Parts: sequence; structure tokens; C-alpha cells
Amino acid sequence: MENSRLIVSPSPHVRDEDTIHKIMFAVIIGLLPVLIAATYLFGFNAIRLVVLASIAAVVTEALCQKIRNQPITLWDGSALVTGVLIGLNVPPTLPSWMMILGSVVAITLGKHVFGGLGYNPFNPALVGRAFLVVSFTLPMTYWTTPFDAVTTATPLELGPQAVAYPDLFFGTIAGSLGETSAFAILIGGIYLFYRGVLDYRIPLGYLGTVLVLTTILGLDPLFHLLAGSLLFAAVYMASDMVTTPVTPVGRWAFGIGAGIILVVIRIWGSLPEGVTYSILLMNAATPLINRWTRPRIYGQGVSKNA
Amino acid sequence: MKKKTFRGGVHPEYAKDITAEKSIQDLPAPEMIVISLQQHIGAPVDSLVKKGDSVLMGQLIGNSSYAVSANVHSSVSGTVVAVEPRPHISGRSVISVVIKNDGQDNPCEMISHSDPIQLSPQEIKDKIKAAGIVGLGGAAFPTSIKLDPPDQANIDYLIINGSECEPYLTADDRMMVEEPADVILGAKLLAKGCGAERILIGIEENKPEAIRNMRDHAGSNAIEIVVLDTKYPQGGEKQMITALTGREVPSNGLPYQAGVIVQNVGTALATTQACRDGRALIDRVVTLTGAGIKEPRNYRIRLGTSFRVAIEAAGGFTAEPGKVIAGGPLMGSAQFDLDVPVMKGTSSILVFTKEDSKQFDPMPCIKCARCVDVCPASLLPVRLEAYSMNAMWDEALEYGAMDCIECGCCTYICPSKRFLLHWMRLAKNEIIVAKRRQTG
Ligand code: SF4
Ligand code: SF4
Repeated sequence: MENSRLIVSPSPHVRDEDTIHKIMFAVIIGLLPVLIAATYLFGFNAIRLVVLASIAAVVTEALCQKIRNQPITLWDGSALVTGVLIGLNVPPTLPSWMMILGSVVAITLGKHVFGGLGYNPFNPALVGRAFLVVSFTLPMTYWTTPFDAVTTATPLELGPQAVAYPDLFFGTIAGSLGETSAFAILIGGIYLFYRGVLDYRIPLGYLGTVLVLTTILGLDPLFHLLAGSLLFAAVYMASDMVTTPVTPVGRWAFGIGAGIILVVIRIWGSLPEGVTYSILLMNAATPLINRWTRPRIYGQGVSKNA
Repeated sequence: MKKKTFRGGVHPEYAKDITAEKSIQDLPAPEMIVISLQQHIGAPVDSLVKKGDSVLMGQLIGNSSYAVSANVHSSVSGTVVAVEPRPHISGRSVISVVIKNDGQDNPCEMISHSDPIQLSPQEIKDKIKAAGIVGLGGAAFPTSIKLDPPDQANIDYLIINGSECEPYLTADDRMMVEEPADVILGAKLLAKGCGAERILIGIEENKPEAIRNMRDHAGSNAIEIVVLDTKYPQGGEKQMITALTGREVPSNGLPYQAGVIVQNVGTALATTQACRDGRALIDRVVTLTGAGIKEPRNYRIRLGTSFRVAIEAAGGFTAEPGKVIAGGPLMGSAQFDLDVPVMKGTSSILVFTKEDSKQFDPMPCIKCARCVDVCPASLLPVRLEAYSMNAMWDEALEYGAMDCIECGCCTYICPSKRFLLHWMRLAKNEIIVAKRRQTG
């Protein structure tokens, strides 16, 4: 009965079991179906790029933290997630050194210049990807078919007449490593949803808006959902916690806004794909969205009529 | 059937099975009793006794002329050995009456009433006030004051809060299982006292036996037993009101402004004892529980019994304790001194082992919004934390800091283990202090 040994700390005295670390590794598990599909479709290139991107991201994170005199927190897994994401976001033939550079840029310019985990306004993997597209436009738009690696164009460039839906669904089409197989993405997304790390509002808002707008515009909505990196981005990038609104309404607004921007770019823009910019632009709008979509506080606006 | 509930909330591990099946046992009154003169929200009352006085069980030993106060009685018969500051659950020392128990339990005179429901509303309130009854759920607000809302407010519903949403706690559950008739009678008396036509008794679905027994004794159709979803903080006063009536308590307001008064199960039981038996509030049911205690169960404990004695009576510690908490794991307060006494608001003594008492280092916020999703007040804890850390009190006020009910759901759920509630409390304090300064 030693009084002084008792621990005194403020309530609550129990905590939920989830940690940042567990959340990040759940995201990695949620990416496994996509990693498997990418390896199946694109073979060694998939492994080469994802592994290089991941190692580069993790090493860069450690260096940044060392330079900034911060505790090294690699075990939180966030750098690994960024690495895997950017690795899955490039064409299969990208040279290794470009991949590494993209990953380094993602972690430095995308994350640490803003203060590290939690402080970055933009999705780091997309910052890295945008950098690669701008710097190395040709290699970043050089597409090959799965399995036999014949040079081709992406379905978005070819148009709906040129591709069959089963190919779009299972991913036997050209594209970035992780984006082609809708099937694998759906499995990963469902896992993440049930694991409680994927808020349904942003993906549904994003995909729903594209579906509705393309239908209104007389286009092929299913094609627009499955072709390009929309589905991959909706599940794994647009829903990134750090760079999206915290309010429930705000998360709908984010998804819908990104959907509108995407359709505008795809239909009227000079680029075939607009996923990266649609999300980055909405990332920029996130602080405003948070401010404009505050929930009504319990009891406010209720009259005291006794 | 869709069960009624409220927005937000969390599902911590309930750990109620440790004590839920065991009946309430009387804990013998100890040799020495320390009755704190601050048992309720508000200033301490004045002592009516001095060193050397002899007192009877149930004798009034403290009262005050303040509006918000509650009478204090001796829980044993014996001799006053000191009136001096003693450790208090709040962490401060508070003036207390120390009584040496003579072991006789000589009662003072009690005026009983065979059919208390015949009492007038004013008589009921007078008896509740005389008995020193406060909210036994933990808030310890004087009950007679709550029954007498200002401006002749019309009260439609009396709600009995039987949700007991804090993990580990089973005191209310056991009272409803073992003494449903007295709880129901207390509810009727409380309803009559405040003029409420209807009585709603909200019980979480994880207490099937309590629900059954209460239904068996409810009788009249003016009383409805409502089954609620099992979710913390279902027993928060505002959450209870919204779940049962669909009404909201206005921001900055009180339940009577929504035409509702909420009382706890233990309060109802104490009301029956006061009105029927003329008995003052001198004991209460306390859940002694947690992995750190040898014989966890509910005990009826005399007020003023020290935590140390109570824990020893429950078999003592299993191993070196990590934390000893007065109240539940979400809202209770960790104690550093085992000499603190059981008080009117002490619903539980919860003993955590060293392993249970994990400490956490906060990590950066990853904006996961879980704190936003669980906040029953629909606040943005993540924003409020940032404002509070940067001493931006105006912004904190604008973002609703004062509407925080301090339930702790945000801190509980945060994967970055941030001390959100701590920063909420700080902001609330600063805002109150600033307001006081302004109004002079
Ligand atoms: S729960 Fe914690 S990590 Fe998530 S948004 Fe709130 S404060 Fe940030
Ligand atoms: S902000 Fe206040 S009311 Fe909201 S969850 Fe946190 S403690 Fe509860």
C-alpha cells in the first residue's frame, strides 16, 4: 500500500487500441492486392519500382528527421506508405533513378518542408508524381501492355471503343503499375473500409460525381470510372487523412469537388488524365472547406423556451 | 427493434462482467470515518460539530446558507475527534469531520412515512433536501435544487438515467436488479417533486436483468422503460435527453429548458429511503473493481470510509497497483492518496494494474478525424486542441469549447494518443477566467 507509487494522469484512463503505426500498416495491407496484381501484370518492373520507391522514401524520411533534429519515427510507417503509393503511380518502364528521385521529392518537398507527418497540405506521393510528370514527361507517359510489354497508349487515350470492360476491370490494359486492375483496388478498398481506415465519403463523392457528370455529358460513365487512375486514387490517395477535410460534410465536398475538376480536365483539358491535379487542388482547398463545413454544435440554435 | 441512441460516442471494452453477477454486500463501517464537508458541487458547508462532540448515525453535522449546497450527516455514531483539512478526491485538502466510530450505529430520530407518494411536492423536496441528497452518478449536484427549476419552468419528463455507460461500473445495474421497486418508487417521488407527468427510465441493452426487473415493477403506463444502445457516453445528461425525447438542451443552458430533469438510479433509491424511511444519505453503493483488486464486487459503503479500508475489505490489491481511480475509466479521477474518503459522488473505486495503466506519448495529429466523428457535442476537437495549444481563446470559444461535455471520447479514440480533453479543459478554464475578469 505505497501511496506515492500510484500513477496520476488526467482522464480518460483507457485508450482505443489503434495507433498511427497500426493505421499505416493497415494501409499497406490494403495495398497488397494491388501490389500482387501489379506484379502479375507487369512482372519484375513492378517489384523493382515499388521496392526502390519505398527504400528511397524511408531513407529520405530518416535523413530529413536527422537533419531537422527530430526523433526518427520510421516505425510509424507513413514514409513507407508514401513510397509504395508513388511506386504504384508510375509507368512500368520508368528508369530506376527517376523513381528514386520522385520518391525523394515526395518526402522532402511533399512532406518535410511543411514540418513532417501531419503538417503537409498536399498528398506527398502526388507531389512526387506531379514533379515526375513535369520533369520527365516522356518517360512518365510511355505506356506498355501487361505481360509482353509492347508499346501502346492508355485506354483513356484510346477511347471507350478500343477497350473491353473485362480488360478494364481485371487490369489487362496499359497504365501505371497500380491503377489498371479495378478488381484488386476494390478488394483493397473493401478491406480498408471494414478496417475503419477508409472514410467512404470521399471515394463515393469522387466516383459518384464522375459517374453523374459523364452520364449527363453523354459519355460512357463506366469507362470513365474504370479507365485511368481514378479508382486507385479514389481509394488510396484522395482519401489520405492528413490532406483532406476533417468534417463529415467537408469530406463529401472534397470528393465532389475533385470529381468536378477531374471531369473538366479529362473532357476539356489538354491532358488525358487529371486525377493528380484534381486531388492536389482539393488538398489546397481543404483548410477553407474545413472552415465552411463546421458541423452544427449540439444545442446551438436551440431556443431556451423552458 | 432499433434502439435509441445519440450522435458520436465510442465502444470501449466494458469489463462489467467482473462484478455484474455479484450481489451488493454491506461493507462494515470502519473505526474511523472522515466526512468531507465538500460532498457536492459548490462551496464546502460549515461544520455544526466540534472536537469532543458525540454524534448519532444520521445526525446533521454540516450545512450552509449558500443556494447550491447539500446537508452533510454522520454515517456512524461516535465521537468527533477532529474538524480539520483532510485529503479529498479533488486532490486538495478540504475541511472534514473526523469521527471515531463507537460501533453502536445509534440512529438519530427518523420520521418515516408508510405511503410517501401521498406527500406533497414541497414535502418531497424538503425531505430530499434534509437528507442531503445529491446526484449520485458522479456530478453530485444537489437534487432538491434540480427539482426546483427557475422561472416556474414546465417539466414534461423525469428521466431516470440507468444507462451506466462507463465501463467497469455496475452499481446502478445491481440496484435495479436487486431493488427495482424502491428505484421505481423513488422515480415517482422525484417526478411528483418536479411536477413531471411522465417518467422515462433509460437502460443500456447490456443489462437485460435490470430491464426485466424494472419492467416488472413499473406498473403504470406513466412509466416507460426504454432500452438504449450500449455506447459511451449514453449516460451523459444531454445524450440521454436526446436519445429518449429527441429534444436538445440549449447551448449554455440546462435540461429544464428542454422540459426535462434527469436523475440517476442511486439518487432515486436514496429518495425513497429519505421520503419513506426518513433516512439521510449516509451510505452508497460503490463498485470496487478492476484487475488490481482481489474480490471485486459492489459494496454498500458508509460515506467517509477511506479508499484504503474499502480496498482492504475487498481483499486488497492483487499486485502493486498502477492507478486507483475514483469513478469510471473515462471520466474518473486518478488518486495519489489512498486516505481519500468515499463521498456521495463516488460511484466506483477502480484499481488498474501496472499493465492497465499505460502511459502514452502524443504523436503528430494525422487529421484522421476520428475525434470529430466520435464527439457527442459535434465539436472539432482537433481544431480546438490547436487553438488551445496556441492560446487562441477567442477562436476556441467560437468553435464551441464551452459546449464540450468533457466525456473524453476524443482522447480515447485518437490514434496519435493526443491529450485532446486536457486541452479542452484548459480552454474552458481560460474562457471562464476571461469572462469573470470582463464582468469584474
Ligand atoms: S483523432 Fe487524433 S490524430 Fe485523429 S484528427 Fe483527432 S487529434 Fe488528429
Ligand atoms: S471535445 Fe469534449 S465533448 Fe467532444 S469528445 Fe472531446 S471531451 Fe467529449
